[in-house]
Amino acid sequence: MAKPKVPGLFKGLGVTFGTLMRTATEGSNTIQYPHEKETPPIRARGVIALHEGNCTSCMLCARSCPDWCIYIEGHKELAPPRRAGGAPRKVNKLDRFDIDYALCMYCGICVEVCPFDALFWSPEYEYSEPRIADLLHDKTKLGEWMETVPEAPELEAGADKKGKK
Amino acid sequence: MTMLGDRQQLAYIAAQAADARVNVELETEGMTLNIGPQHPATHGTLRIIARLDGEQVVWAEPSAGYMHRGYEKLTEVRTYPQVTALVNRIDWLGSFANEVPFILAAEKLMGVEAPARAQHIRTILFELSRIANVSLFLGDLGVQLGAVTPVFFAFRDREYVLNLIEAATGGRFHPNFDRIGGLKDDLPAGFIDETRMVMKKLRTFCDQIEDLLFGNEIFQSRTRGIGVIPKDVALQYGLSGANLRASGVDWDLRRDQDLPMAWNKADWKVWTHPDGDSFARCWVRLQEVRESTKIVDQLLDTIPAGPVMAKVPKIIKVPEGEAWVSTENPLGEMGYYVVSQGDQGPFRVKIRSASFNNISIVPWVLKGVYVPDIITILASLYFILGDIDR
Amino acid sequence: MNSALIAADLAYWAQSLLRVLGGLVAVLLPAGTVVYLFLFKMMSFMQSRLGPMEAGPYGSMQLFAEVGKWLQKEDIVPANAQPEARIFKMAPLIVLASTFLLVVVVPFGPDAWFTDFEVGIFYALAVSSVSVLGILIAGWSSANKYSLLGGLRAAGQLIAYELPMVLAVIGVVIQAGTMNLQQIVVAQNAGSMFGWNGVGNPYILTQFVAFIIFMISVQAELTQTPFDMPIAESELVSGYMTEYSGFRFLIFFIGEFATAGVFAMIASVLFLGGWGVPFAWFGWTDMDSIDNWMNVAGPLILFTKMIVLVFFIMWVRFSFPRFREDQLQRFAWKILIPVSLVNIMVTAVLKVAF
Repeated sequence: MAKPKVPGLFKGLGVTFGTLMRTATEGSNTIQYPHEKETPPIRARGVIALHEGNCTSCMLCARSCPDWCIYIEGHKELAPPRRAGGAPRKVNKLDRFDIDYALCMYCGICVEVCPFDALFWSPEYEYSEPRIADLLHDKTKLGEWMETVPEAPELEAGADKKGKK
Repeated sequence: MTMLGDRQQLAYIAAQAADARVNVELETEGMTLNIGPQHPATHGTLRIIARLDGEQVVWAEPSAGYMHRGYEKLTEVRTYPQVTALVNRIDWLGSFANEVPFILAAEKLMGVEAPARAQHIRTILFELSRIANVSLFLGDLGVQLGAVTPVFFAFRDREYVLNLIEAATGGRFHPNFDRIGGLKDDLPAGFIDETRMVMKKLRTFCDQIEDLLFGNEIFQSRTRGIGVIPKDVALQYGLSGANLRASGVDWDLRRDQDLPMAWNKADWKVWTHPDGDSFARCWVRLQEVRESTKIVDQLLDTIPAGPVMAKVPKIIKVPEGEAWVSTENPLGEMGYYVVSQGDQGPFRVKIRSASFNNISIVPWVLKGVYVPDIITILASLYFILGDIDR
Repeated sequence: MNSALIAADLAYWAQSLLRVLGGLVAVLLPAGTVVYLFLFKMMSFMQSRLGPMEAGPYGSMQLFAEVGKWLQKEDIVPANAQPEARIFKMAPLIVLASTFLLVVVVPFGPDAWFTDFEVGIFYALAVSSVSVLGILIAGWSSANKYSLLGGLRAAGQLIAYELPMVLAVIGVVIQAGTMNLQQIVVAQNAGSMFGWNGVGNPYILTQFVAFIIFMISVQAELTQTPFDMPIAESELVSGYMTEYSGFRFLIFFIGEFATAGVFAMIASVLFLGGWGVPFAWFGWTDMDSIDNWMNVAGPLILFTKMIVLVFFIMWVRFSFPRFREDQLQRFAWKILIPVSLVNIMVTAVLKVAF
């Protein structure tokens, strides 16, 4: 009875002491956040970026959003014709494109349903605000995120690359 | 096995009788202790009303519903892709595993089957989310029993798994990666090598936890013979998952069910334990993490080439019908009964979540135990509040 | 530190002031060191993290930040505790008072002591139980079921572990032949080991069993894991401390770690040779012949020994899960007390034989 009693307790002490020595010699597993930062993976869903030129205000994203955090307003405008003498074109002009990140649950459905490649995921994550109302990003702010959007990652071997856009 | 349960009950009755005599003389009265809704042992907002006599529990009942979010009703007004995003949040520690049975049920109704590559990757991610879930259990177990260190080990090594899931799906906690007919995207390059390394780390983590916690005599004296659930009682209360296997029932839906997933392509073992006590439940889970790392390792070798998405229309309308699919989730059997009337969203979804059934045994198993054992038993039953209240 | 030299030269008020200041240093300095070195740093390193790093170099000022934080917090008395608000408010002070009373008899050097008490160890063991009163009062007057359970558990546990601690010390007392802590130190450093006169006699060598029992009892007395059921964050939500906030919680906190330090000091006095340099006595014959530099080196040596012992206390604390209340009682009454009784008998026989 006494014999197996010793190792169990001492093994536990050994594990903690081993970790103590490992942390002291090899460094910890944590990082000191504001001083050093981890790079999130390319696919990380950090913030949604808007390429305004591609948006036709078709409202697909706003409708498919599970918690209705996308607000779109737009109007039709007459643009000068492409060729001289042609009829003026009707274009959809985006007045308002807001995403309320206080509501957003980062499911990514809007990015997926967008038929014109106007929405992208960016792995940026540092946009917390002291006021909750400031989490409503308007289209200029969403447009600024475009700079941070990375290229899509290479796929693993054996992937069917043709099928993807 | 029945004997153990009876013995527990008899001991309790005897103790009650003895106490009753003492209490009449001393004119003491019992005490009602509300454990929760805000109590560290309840992982959230479960409330357990316990009637105590001294430190012994006379009667206990869980009171769930403090975090009810109405998922079954919400699904009726959401489309299928939106429901996938929602059901992520049921068991928030192993979220990918929540999507799979729902998607499988919808696929069953539509009559499509995901390509072999998608099935493989689904299974890998499913097991990764199992590891993410159960490894946190192993750490949390320590905290419930008073050891502070294991939980940090758990968070340390679970982080690697979450990073993997994030690299593949984009979401650390809520992947929303499963689609009807396959997956949203293929794996990113480098995922396989990274996963292999992480699986090695996870196995070391399991060894560490075994040395630190499971081998510890104090831990064993706290868990062995505590909260014994005999086989027949476990079956009567509808326990599932590791709780059932710890009672000696050899039952695992991954093996026993023919689903379009890749579990049958790997060689692994279903662990059971004959004792049915708290230690057995914890030990079975520890072994499960080890098995999961083995499954992932084997499946990584054999991912077939090909597409990850079957041909499905862009706007999904599921034909009329009803389908039930359940899988062996980290917490136990999780199933969706999907009723479709041909719309873009389901007409009705019944969610069978494991934790709700698992805690229904609490009034039975808590009778006659001491207050510290309440915590041990609750920890070993392992529930996630989101999974109970939905 | 008070000393015979100072006592001869200074006025009474100056002596008293020195004693108060010395007492504060002797209690707060170990407490602060223990918290920073072990609670912040060692625990973090054992968990693969760095611990506090922002306040001061390597987070060394973190403790002051914490104290500042606690001082700002509101001093809340629960509504149900109002009729006994005075008692509720008094409880942490009783716990801290026990620590201060304990440190009084600890000898830091040949002349550096607060009081040279003939029955020093007897007194120390007696006043260490005063903290039980404070804890019981805290648990009861909080008007909280969890606190009540915690307080009752604490009372049961601390009384149960007082006994093996006393019995373990009896072995030392028999061997030293005195209850004066100063004499025990001298006996360890100058004495012989059952007739063999080699390395002096730190009692950890001859009284190893008593040392282990004493350390286990200290662990229980301090309510550290694996004996922390009175606190038990995960079941009783910090037990008797649940309802305390702000400054009063801080006092409990200081009391806990200061007592850890003081008990480690007493343990090193009893078993590790106190302020004496290990295995070296420089041929001093009696108390008066000890060189004066020992009064400076002594406290440092004692402090080092304390740190080593607290390391073990904390190491166990961060590694083990906790017992159940009844298992703890069984452990005390069925294992520790019989073993310490046997130890007393063996020691007595050997003492008489040599």
